[in-house]
Amino acid sequence: MSHAPLAIPPSVDALQEALGREQYIAERALAVSVYLALRLKRPLFLEGEAGVGKTEIAKVLAAALNTSLIRLQCYEGLDVGQAVYEWNYPRQLLEIRMIEIARDLDRAVAAHELFTETFLIKRPLLRAIEETRQRAPVLLIDEIDRADEEFEGYLLEFLSDFQVTIPELGTIRATEPPIVVITSNRTREVHDALKRRCVYSWIPYPDFEKEYRIVRAKVPGASERLARQVTAFVQDLRTADLYKAAGISETLDWAAALVALDRDVLDQHVIDETLGILLKNQEDIDAVRGERVGAMLARVLA
Amino acid sequence: MASRGSLGSDAKEPHEPESFEPNEPHEPRLISNFLLFGRVLRAAGVHVHRERMVDAIQATEWIGVRSRADVRATLSALLVHRHEDLPLFNEAFDLVFRAHGSSELKLPLFSLGERARIVMNRRAGAPQRLDVESESTESDAASAAFAIGAYSTVEVSRTKDFADFTAAELEAARRLMLRMHWHPGIRRTRRWQRATRGDIDMPRLLRTNLMRGGELIELPRRVRREAPRPIVMLADVSGSMDRYSRMLLAFASGLTRSARQVESFVFATRLTRVSRFVSAATGYRVVSRMVRDLHDWGGGTRIGEALRTFNTTWARRVMRHGPVVLIVSDGWDRGDPQLLVRELSRLGRRCSRLIWLNPLLGSAGYEPLTRGMQAALEHIDDFMPAHNLRSLEDLATHLQRLGRPHHGDHRHT
Repeated sequence: MSHAPLAIPPSVDALQEALGREQYIAERALAVSVYLALRLKRPLFLEGEAGVGKTEIAKVLAAALNTSLIRLQCYEGLDVGQAVYEWNYPRQLLEIRMIEIARDLDRAVAAHELFTETFLIKRPLLRAIEETRQRAPVLLIDEIDRADEEFEGYLLEFLSDFQVTIPELGTIRATEPPIVVITSNRTREVHDALKRRCVYSWIPYPDFEKEYRIVRAKVPGASERLARQVTAFVQDLRTADLYKAAGISETLDWAAALVALDRDVLDQHVIDETLGILLKNQEDIDAVRGERVGAMLARVLA
Repeated sequence: MASRGSLGSDAKEPHEPESFEPNEPHEPRLISNFLLFGRVLRAAGVHVHRERMVDAIQATEWIGVRSRADVRATLSALLVHRHEDLPLFNEAFDLVFRAHGSSELKLPLFSLGERARIVMNRRAGAPQRLDVESESTESDAASAAFAIGAYSTVEVSRTKDFADFTAAELEAARRLMLRMHWHPGIRRTRRWQRATRGDIDMPRLLRTNLMRGGELIELPRRVRREAPRPIVMLADVSGSMDRYSRMLLAFASGLTRSARQVESFVFATRLTRVSRFVSAATGYRVVSRMVRDLHDWGGGTRIGEALRTFNTTWARRVMRHGPVVLIVSDGWDRGDPQLLVRELSRLGRRCSRLIWLNPLLGSAGYEPLTRGMQAALEHIDDFMPAHNLRSLEDLATHLQRLGRPHHGDHRHT
């Protein structure tokens, strides 16, 4: 297939609209950042608390640009074998046996045949580079803060040349840079050298209006009244001094649960029963269940 | 929330007036305004990369300069790369880009918040700002004197209580501590490295030998790489710790210089992160000054509350990889003992070792009778003195023995 360049929206407004068509409500500042990342062909670095919709942006962006999404989930110890490529050893061994049976093994030829693309397992970074031959994909590098510094160092290099060298095969280069979205929950500081290369955006928890619109868009079963109450309650809950605040996905899960329970209004009982959907920490649940929930509910209903 | 940066509310977009200077992109005035803005940001301690500034000027072509909010978003996306710099950025932006702003700047104009003050002090090339620091007479005189060698002859006793040290001895001990070597326990990481013994490295085994047609000639092996355990230090700098604070800060600097990952916090009634400053050359003075300010506020110690702030705001960011946590306090707690116990047990569950250093433990006949200290005892792994150099050396030995993965590491790594 021949190379088909991406159609980048011509303005911030157009981009905001395109994201909106995918049910993503992007604030102006975020839309500007995304737009700049696209125009400058730089990675977009998104930071914010867990559950504010960082990963979602990458997915929606891929849909809006009509291209594929390639995701690399980071974790401690993530190495080249899991991030870039790996040889498929079991298959190579099997192949050796088959060559041996079929004919006399010519070692030089065998070695040559064994290190071809057939035996290569392509991991996200390599796939993203190959994909650019058709169309630049969105490459999501999720939760970079979970990976260790060694991987960060590798990534820095990868992001500057967008090429991968496999000793047995040679160097594979990207036709054009993929659209890179990096997210971090800030469980540690990511090195400045990496962030400096990127367009940076901090994503705060949404305000009432935005979260209400998200609930309405994503949980169509929730009535206007329920959506308002749910949003107001979660917004209030976020101001409480807790170990782990509720993210947008918790709000959505909770709203969906209330709909499933045929609730149209909040009351103390149902909140106490379903609090575990919003808060994932027993100490937090114990701290707010009962009296404090009552006080918040009173404010919401006021 | 007391500390900056945990919830999103502080990063909320400021209200923007509708109109903005309708400059054409690339107009010389715009460029010079941007460059001026870059200088203001740098002066405030935000690290602005030159290339990013070029991007910013380029970006105005696409974004336009008619909307002030868009220009703010553009500059923030390109020039800022740390969440904690956002408030400074917004302040600087409002300062430089007032609607039809005149260009007279009266620096330093940033709010007199803690951060701004520290930021300015940390900049070596700004002597007029270091002047703020030189009010501190005694300690500066001491370090100046040391610089010309006046203290090189001071003998420091390793068993004398820090509280009885003279200024000269303190300074000499401080220098000594900066040179001490610390080897906190090690942990096993999840990353592999080649080794001569250990598990057989299957991927490498096949890769190297397949090239030779499948004969197993080499047997490469691999082990999990080991790394030093991170250290988190929470130091009480309230009035009752006054005589020890100075030494403990030096201790923190020394620790930060030789161990790789050290996070330091100080607390009296509230908790402040000082990691960045204790490692810097002039940082020590910055922190001492902060500590003096903390004393000025008075009010004693609320350890439980400080730990709560740590657990809710910082733990997720600094408690990775099973750190060793050092709490340095005499245990004179004015807060709620139950809160202290709750937060301490939570902290204890998230670290590989919880060590409480108490300078009072060095004095003969001290019994941990304060309610806070009593309550704390059952949740901590080690209760150790920290009143003289000998006790800190003992601590160093203790840390070194800790956390070798193969013996008795009962908690998560």
